[in-house]
Amino acid sequence: MLVKRIIPCLDIKDGKVVKGTNFVNLRDAGDPVVLARKYAQDRADELVFLDIQATLDNRKTLVDLVERVARELDIPFTVGGGIKSVAIANEILRAGADKISVNSAAFIRPQLIQELSAKFGSQCVVVAIDAKEIDGQWIVHTSGGKVAQDKLLVDWAKQAETLGAGEILFTAMNADGTKNGFAMDALSELSEALKVPIIASGGAGTSDHFVDLFKNSGADAALAASVFHFKQIAIPTLKKELAKKQIPVRL
Amino acid sequence: MREVVIIDYGAGNVRSVQFSLDKLGAKSEITNDPLKIKAASKVILPGVGQASFAMNRLRETGLDQVVKALNQPVLGICLGMQLLFERTEEGSTECLGIIPGEVTSFSATPKSIHMGWNNNSVTTANELIRESGFVFFVHGYRACLNRFTLTKCTYGKDVFSAAVKRDNFYGCQFHPEKSGEYGAQILANFLNI
Repeated sequence: MLVKRIIPCLDIKDGKVVKGTNFVNLRDAGDPVVLARKYAQDRADELVFLDIQATLDNRKTLVDLVERVARELDIPFTVGGGIKSVAIANEILRAGADKISVNSAAFIRPQLIQELSAKFGSQCVVVAIDAKEIDGQWIVHTSGGKVAQDKLLVDWAKQAETLGAGEILFTAMNADGTKNGFAMDALSELSEALKVPIIASGGAGTSDHFVDLFKNSGADAALAASVFHFKQIAIPTLKKELAKKQIPVRL
Repeated sequence: MREVVIIDYGAGNVRSVQFSLDKLGAKSEITNDPLKIKAASKVILPGVGQASFAMNRLRETGLDQVVKALNQPVLGICLGMQLLFERTEEGSTECLGIIPGEVTSFSATPKSIHMGWNNNSVTTANELIRESGFVFFVHGYRACLNRFTLTKCTYGKDVFSAAVKRDNFYGCQFHPEKSGEYGAQILANFLNI
C-alpha cells in the first residue's frame, strides 16, 4: 500500500536553513546538509529545499548545495526557488535533485509547466501554490506570498495539472507558522478536484494535526519546517502515532 | 576492476545513482561513449525523463543498438526499466524490445501518478532482490505482471511489476538509489552479480 509521506521543508537563504512565521522574521535553524542527513536517518520520506533568495548571483551556491545534499541523501528531494526555465531546472536536476518546484514563474508564464513536463516528465514537476483565505475564498499569491493574484486556488491548481504538474504543493498562508492545524477545507476541495498528489503545507503544530490531515482531507503528503527543525515533533514519534491511528506510513 | 557505467541520455537526475554507488565503494562513470559502455563490468540505464524524449536520444546516438547487444549485467531503473520493454503508451513510444510486452498507464488507481513509498514484494526468488521492503516509486506508467516479474507492487487495485529480469537484463520500476538502506542493498546485490 502506498504510504502517506512526511516531508520536512528546508527554506534556504545564503546556503543556510531559515524559517519564518507567516513569511517574515526569519530565524536561523541550521546547516542544510546536517539537517538533510539527520532527516534521512529519522526516516523522513522526502525533503524539499526552497531557495527563498534565488537570484542569479547565488544560483551557483544553490547548485553546489544541491550536490552536497544529494551526496548525503538516499531519499528523494525537491528543489524550488527561482526556477524560471528548462535550462535552470536541468542544472538543478543534474546536480542531484529528483524534482523541481515552481511557483511564481509558473503563474506568470504557465507554459513553463508544459516545457518542464515535456522535457523531464511530469513526475519531476511540483507546482507550489501559496494561497490566502480572504472573505471565504482562497486567493493565489505569488512572489513569496507578497502579491495577491486574481485567481482562485482550485482554478489555478486544475490549470497547472492540465499543463503537466505532477504534484501540487499547497501552502495555506493564513495557517503557515501558526501551528494551529492544516487548512482542511481547502485541502479537501483540492483533492476532490485533482488527480495528481497533493502535498499539504502550513499549520502543522501537533501529531494530531497530521492524523486529522491524513484521515480527513485526501492529502497524500504533509510538509512542515519549524516543528521538525526545532524538534517540537520528532518524525519517528510522529510516524508511530500515525501508524497507531491506522494511517499507512513507512516506519 | 572494470568500471560500472551509468548511461547518460541527457535529461534528469543521473547523479543520485552515482552517489549511491560511491557510498558502496564502486567506481562509476556517467557517459554516452559506446566503447566505455561495452567495456563496463555493469551497466545502469537510469530513470528520469519522458519516454519518447529518452528513446529519441538513445536512437540519435546509436546507443539503442549498443544497449541491446550488451552481455554484462544491465540494470534499468524506473524509465530505464520501461525502455527494456517493446513499447510504452507514454508518447506512443517504440522501446528497446529486450523484454516482450508493453508498458501502459495505470487503471483503477487513486491518482494518475504513483508517487511515494510502497511495498516491493518478492514473487520469484532471485539474486537482485532477496526480501520484500519499502521502496520509492515515481511513475505514471507500469508493466503488468508477466513471466519476467521478480517483484510486484500494488497501488489502489492495480498490481504491477516492481522488478523484472530477462537473461542479463534487470529492471526496477522503483528507485533503489532513493530507497534508503534497503535500496542500497539492492544496488549492492546488482554489483555482486
